[in-house]
Amino acid sequence: MRVNFTVNGRPQEADDVWEGESLLYVLRERLGLPGSKNACEQGECGSCTVRLDGVPVCSCLVAAGQVEGRDVVTVEGLADYAKQRAEHGGCASGACGTSLDEAQQWQAKGTDSQTGEGTELSPIQQAFIDAGAVQCGFCTPGLLVAADEMLERNPNPTDADIREALSGNLCRCTGYEKIMDAVRLAAARQGEAV
Amino acid sequence: MASPSGTPTKITQGAQTKGGIGESTLRPDGTLKVTGEFAYSSDMWHEDMLWGQILRSTVAHAEIVSIDTAEALATPGVYAVMTYDDLPAEVKNYGLEIQDTPVLAHGKVRHHGEPVAIVAADHPETARRAAAKIKVEYRELPVITDEASALAPDAILVHEGRDDHHIGHVPHPNIVHRQPIVRGDVAEARKRADVIVEGEYTFGMQDQAFLGPESGLAVPEEDGGVHLYIATQWLHSDLRQIAPVLGLPEEKVRMTLAGVGGAFGGREDLSMQIHACLLALRTGKPVKIVYNRFESFFGHVHRHPAKLYYEHGATKDGKLTHMKCRIVLDGGAYASASPAVVGNASSLSVGPYVIDDVDIEAIALYTNNPPCGAMRGFGAVQACFAYEAQMDKLAKKLGMDPVEFRQLNAMEQGTLMPTGQPVDSPAPVAELLRRVKAMPMPPERQWESSEGADVRQLPGGLSNTTHGEGVVRGVGYAVGIKNVGFSEGFDDYSTAKVRMEVVGGEPVATVHTAMAEVGQGGITVHAQIARTELGVQQVTIHPADTQVGSAGSTSASRQTYVTGGAVKNACELVREKVLEIGRRKFGSYHPAWATAELLLESGKVVTDGGEVLADLVDVLEGEAVEVEEEWRHRPTEPFDLRTGQGFGHVQYSFAAHRAVVEVDTELGLVKVIELACAQDVGKALNPLSVIGQIQGGTTQGLGVAVMEEIIVDPKTAKVKNPSFTDYLIPTILDTPTIPVDVLELADDQAPYGLRGIGEAPTLSSTPAVLAAIRNATGLELNRTPVRPEHLTGTA
Repeated sequence: MRVNFTVNGRPQEADDVWEGESLLYVLRERLGLPGSKNACEQGECGSCTVRLDGVPVCSCLVAAGQVEGRDVVTVEGLADYAKQRAEHGGCASGACGTSLDEAQQWQAKGTDSQTGEGTELSPIQQAFIDAGAVQCGFCTPGLLVAADEMLERNPNPTDADIREALSGNLCRCTGYEKIMDAVRLAAARQGEAV
Repeated sequence: MASPSGTPTKITQGAQTKGGIGESTLRPDGTLKVTGEFAYSSDMWHEDMLWGQILRSTVAHAEIVSIDTAEALATPGVYAVMTYDDLPAEVKNYGLEIQDTPVLAHGKVRHHGEPVAIVAADHPETARRAAAKIKVEYRELPVITDEASALAPDAILVHEGRDDHHIGHVPHPNIVHRQPIVRGDVAEARKRADVIVEGEYTFGMQDQAFLGPESGLAVPEEDGGVHLYIATQWLHSDLRQIAPVLGLPEEKVRMTLAGVGGAFGGREDLSMQIHACLLALRTGKPVKIVYNRFESFFGHVHRHPAKLYYEHGATKDGKLTHMKCRIVLDGGAYASASPAVVGNASSLSVGPYVIDDVDIEAIALYTNNPPCGAMRGFGAVQACFAYEAQMDKLAKKLGMDPVEFRQLNAMEQGTLMPTGQPVDSPAPVAELLRRVKAMPMPPERQWESSEGADVRQLPGGLSNTTHGEGVVRGVGYAVGIKNVGFSEGFDDYSTAKVRMEVVGGEPVATVHTAMAEVGQGGITVHAQIARTELGVQQVTIHPADTQVGSAGSTSASRQTYVTGGAVKNACELVREKVLEIGRRKFGSYHPAWATAELLLESGKVVTDGGEVLADLVDVLEGEAVEVEEEWRHRPTEPFDLRTGQGFGHVQYSFAAHRAVVEVDTELGLVKVIELACAQDVGKALNPLSVIGQIQGGTTQGLGVAVMEEIIVDPKTAKVKNPSFTDYLIPTILDTPTIPVDVLELADDQAPYGLRGIGEAPTLSSTPAVLAAIRNATGLELNRTPVRPEHLTGTA
């Protein structure tokens, strides 16, 4: 079958799709977007998380045919997506987020990231790099999509809020501490920026 | 053929930074990883590529009566089906140490999920369906599942006709390896004991559960060879095992490291490497294989489950008198790393304590359970769980504080290991315990808020099973000792190639090693070392491949030490050559070229007094300097097969944990509130990465304390829970805050004084959590992981 849908703001057409193929497979193998990851392909790990009409879903559990005419955002489009959101008003109250000082208590600011040099990143992507939240990185795309969506809903999350929102995303390397740091940092920066 | 998409590219780092050792420089692959552009092995793609699929045995132990592939071969879209009979070379087995593992089953399967046939097709689903059409007729055999069945008088031999070098000293052919260690006189020392405690402990089978599934792409080459893009822990070890089975010389098997989504020991053994190459060579087309999670549970070895029998004695003033132990590790159907795991379990079975009189035996069995091999902590994890439980039992019996009791018996620099090897670098065991105990305690009843109980912070979480009723807090401590590097006489070297030249008007260093970056941050550290040693800002990390000498395995906490040491050494040699060029070009202008000690700093040649002699750009103008050199740490020696004596380990690593748990005693649910760690790292080359390793290792230890276990049916030896639905690893809700206190006491033997750090935190985490649960519940709890039924008495 043929599936027409929008990925990261661009219309896409996938041909010869089998009925059993997942959205994840179509993204990775037919559209050349392997950023969404295939860690379990059974909806348990969250590494394939994408936004489907704005809602975070495991793309491995979405049949490709279900996305006909719908709107998908993957990690590859996250920077653009966050930029557009910022341009259309992010945090309205101006009082969001933990203070930057508080978020940076872990004192991990590195010095030679490539970031900011040619690659435009969303605040959550930047924070993951800065906080050391990336090791093997296989969980990272899904966590980024999920964390970005949480910060959109809840710009001033408590630690318990962050843990609850990210509880569907497994990470095997970090022990999650630096992921917590990264989300706190992104929230704090988001607050400072307003 | 053209390069596939997703081919690793060089990563050039940082233009305006210092970023030498000791700084928390950020990962050079960070941007690629957060944008989804980093190419993992499962992301590789090639025009016209086929998909490979493996058919695995549905039974654990059986003779293969027949295999019928006709229907699979006739399926449209299928390009090849291969069985044992299609293997092209004389060599049909592989293995890390003992080549006992068939590439495809021959006449017999020895464990559930053993590869029997492989298929290549133009769509992964076509390949799966075709594999399902292969008809295999099995005649089932009795299964060997534990020590009793393995050593029974009429036991079937898992491997007949063994000719490996352990068969001569094992008491039974179903024992892979046996290592006794005897030191002092236990019978005599036992008489001095005022208290004696015994314990029988069980350690469940843990899975590495790396998130990036086993995968890779094999591309046939015009010279009849093959190029494999692969996620592994050691390219050259793979190469040594792959080439003979393909019937190719090693030069015709090119290997490039693709992005690796975690490893933790589970990629030391081969998985789909040979299968992909066989199908690519058979079909003349690129072949990609990607396991799904179900298959991944069958496609790699696990941590050895173990039974551990311990006896300790102590005087009434709290001094340990003696220790006897017997450790039985289940190696499963194939040897994998079992012999080395036995060496570790036995030689580290005493823990970081002073006990002069010991009698130790460790064995690994051949059974029909899933093969077990390397996982973070490698034999030391199981022992630590048991000896730390013993320490608490002794302290309790003596009426002593468990931390003070441990400190009273803690080893220090100069203590002899049970193998007779002196610990000749800092061993701050008592200090780590002091530090971890001194950390502030998390507040009580954190779940209470003005709006009622926040169930997310209680046992049971959002299942809303308690608002604090029946919840009891407990605190537990543990400390462990892990070896660093490959042991027992292994030639554990690494190779580094370092090049220095002027690019775009700037001095640039290129570091090329075959080190597998699996997420640990080795490439970050290599760039830091090059900056420190060569005074450059720009460092390019060349993709890891087999075009450079071996870097050894990314295991045993060894890469920063050994490949880091090789990079440092190669940089030093490059520096000498650069200075020679400088002396030749500019020596006549300044006497310091001949007389002073010279350094490379911030792009310049400077004297140790800080005087600038030349710009590196001028020295290197028109010249490029390149060195490729192997580097070795000090040699070790095998343990004596009867007494276990020998200088077996390179270095030791220590960590201590304090766990705070809250247990819902009515439902048997555990919430770990905090898991604090103190660890000596010698020298933190990258503090941010060091803390990340400690927190990650701690969490894997937490997992096997309260949730992670592969359940194997003892009647059929079949795996019952091969999925993330049924094999649970900690989520962010299960994982507590992990405060880390890092101690840096230099080891003078090691580069920069560093200590391998990746594994030690995985050891003491588990027993600390268990100790805390015992403290909360008063239960004995002699097995891990702990499940609700063990806490409610309904097991």
